[in-house]
Amino acid sequence: MKDLLNKRLVIVTGKGGVGKSTVALALGLKASELGKRTIVCEVASQERISHAFHRGSVGFKETEFRQNLYGISIDPDAAMREYVLLALRVKAMRDLLFRSKLFTYLAAATPGLRELVTIGKIWELALDERRVKGTKPYDLVILDAPATGHGVGFLQTPRTFANVARVGPIAAQAETLHRFITNRRKTGVAIVALPEEMPVNETATLERDLARTVGVSVDRIFLNGLYPNRFDDAEIQALEAGLAKAPGTAWDAIAAGLAASRRAAAQQEQIARLDAKTRAPVTTLPFLFQPELEADEIRTLAEAMS
Amino acid sequence: MTTVTDLTEGKRVVICAGPGGVGKTTTSAAIATGMAARGLRVAVLTIDPAKRLADSLGLPELGNVERQVDPELFRDAGADPGDGELWAMMLDSKATFDEVVARHAPDEETRDAVLSNRIYIELSSALAGSQEYMAMEKLYEIWAEDRYDLLVLDTPPSRNALDFLEAPNRLLQFIEGRSLQVFLAPTGFAAKVAGRGTSIMFSILKRITGVDLLEDLSDFFGAFSGMVGGFRERAVKVNELLSDELSTFLVICGPQSEAIEEAAFFRGKLREQGLPFGGAIVNKVHRAGDVATDETLGQLERLLGSDLAERVASNYEDYRLLAERDRRNIERLASELGTDQVIQVPYLDRDVHDLAGLEEVNGHLFGRANDADVS
Repeated sequence: MKDLLNKRLVIVTGKGGVGKSTVALALGLKASELGKRTIVCEVASQERISHAFHRGSVGFKETEFRQNLYGISIDPDAAMREYVLLALRVKAMRDLLFRSKLFTYLAAATPGLRELVTIGKIWELALDERRVKGTKPYDLVILDAPATGHGVGFLQTPRTFANVARVGPIAAQAETLHRFITNRRKTGVAIVALPEEMPVNETATLERDLARTVGVSVDRIFLNGLYPNRFDDAEIQALEAGLAKAPGTAWDAIAAGLAASRRAAAQQEQIARLDAKTRAPVTTLPFLFQPELEADEIRTLAEAMS
Repeated sequence: MTTVTDLTEGKRVVICAGPGGVGKTTTSAAIATGMAARGLRVAVLTIDPAKRLADSLGLPELGNVERQVDPELFRDAGADPGDGELWAMMLDSKATFDEVVARHAPDEETRDAVLSNRIYIELSSALAGSQEYMAMEKLYEIWAEDRYDLLVLDTPPSRNALDFLEAPNRLLQFIEGRSLQVFLAPTGFAAKVAGRGTSIMFSILKRITGVDLLEDLSDFFGAFSGMVGGFRERAVKVNELLSDELSTFLVICGPQSEAIEEAAFFRGKLREQGLPFGGAIVNKVHRAGDVATDETLGQLERLLGSDLAERVASNYEDYRLLAERDRRNIERLASELGTDQVIQVPYLDRDVHDLAGLEEVNGHLFGRANDADVS
């Protein structure tokens, strides 16, 4: 885990519904407790972090949630505005641009531009010397990336833009961003997955696509929602024997025990499949039976990450 | 007990919508196989890039045209293919976009200008809503061919279900944008702007973007402007199909409170836009019996010994609490949706990834498993 937390940027990706945001937050909590000034970035205004820490929405503002742990929700419009402010030092020019309908339209309509400025903001957060006035650098930036399907496309944006724009400031900026994302020393990538047949297949595909189309290699796979192995083989036999004689609720309870051990066994098979299909090391995280208290959940997962 | 047959009675287009990671693709495939087994000619469309549908239907791959699932595979899985047929396809968003451009382009020159534009080639898949728009476009195209009794659409894995409904409008707004007029100069953006004497504006933009990018953008927007009418007409037709009484939206979700909230929100949006709502399918629902009493514990101890009995009871309590949570959430869902048309699919011991698994899910979607419980 150390190698991941020693990066400057960690991109947490994976498909929807696997607990990606929770894992990103747990990773952030873990890093902050190791004394790293850490920020978790959301890009789809889910406001999961503020929800988890019982705060109002953070928006496009670096907000401290606890010691060393910050959060920000990156709104592309705000990121675009900030980019222009930094690119154009002359105020009169900026005003002209912001008032221009043409610019507003171009900014909204140009395909991929929103993703590009979002990644630009993440890069800015991760700089040793920040560009935005009055801000301090972070030791670690964690990106809760958009769910895949969109995920690879999102990370591919800088390279695509560099190709399309060829020369000029956007091309240069896009090139910088692409180099940053693919810098193994500074940037780490983690996939969050579930120990089920299809998610395991998808994780293998995602690892390959990230290498092929983006040019990054995956540093770690978090396998989320692992059931405890509660009963050994002898006990399972005892349960099966007991089931035949059990009445009413006792039957329900024993059946639940057998179902739980079948699920746990199926998960073990999937872990083995994942190991065979992927290259990155795998960290398993436990299924939490009281999952509605998010702050507790994040705490438990952070502890499971050691 | 509500079944999928009830929810889709008299319908010819079923759109499965819901948040990501709730088994939408599996449910779509299960509905399609179930209806095919009831004698219908069914096509299921997915745009899931992860090829899950192909995997679960035993197809090596799916392309931008429908392929028939081998009836033998049904028999192998212990299912009866009946007189029906099951066809499946995976939407290739980019290929569909190319087809749409070719259809709407007023002439070959415009078509080629768009198809060869670098921004179109590299970024059309990143165009907000293009994937969703193309899914609807393909749905309409297959509908218009009138070759199937039933179409099942598995919607894209968007961040939230709502993206799917709003995406086509976003794409249309983009194509129709009034500011687009600015770019209609035949000689390109740079000349036009310079000619108007607003060269300062151009030079500022150039500082931010670079001149090549501006020219390409100008060509891109300019080429699209000739197709506004075609896109708009088609969008109207697609919208007519979606709001037709032959169509129905099913909301697919999990039993967690977040998924339930999103499902309820989606229902509201459907109502707002006058789109037909058929009901909800909740996947992976935990089920359990009554609280274990002292008497139960005593029985368990006699059967299993005290140590094992205690652990069995504690495992049971964990799952019983999950089941309680799910039951409360589903009650809330039904009341917020204002319907009792909610089908529950229990959390199965094995995850579903093949026809045999789909057959098991179908036992719950089409009521057979529930009948068995009763008898």
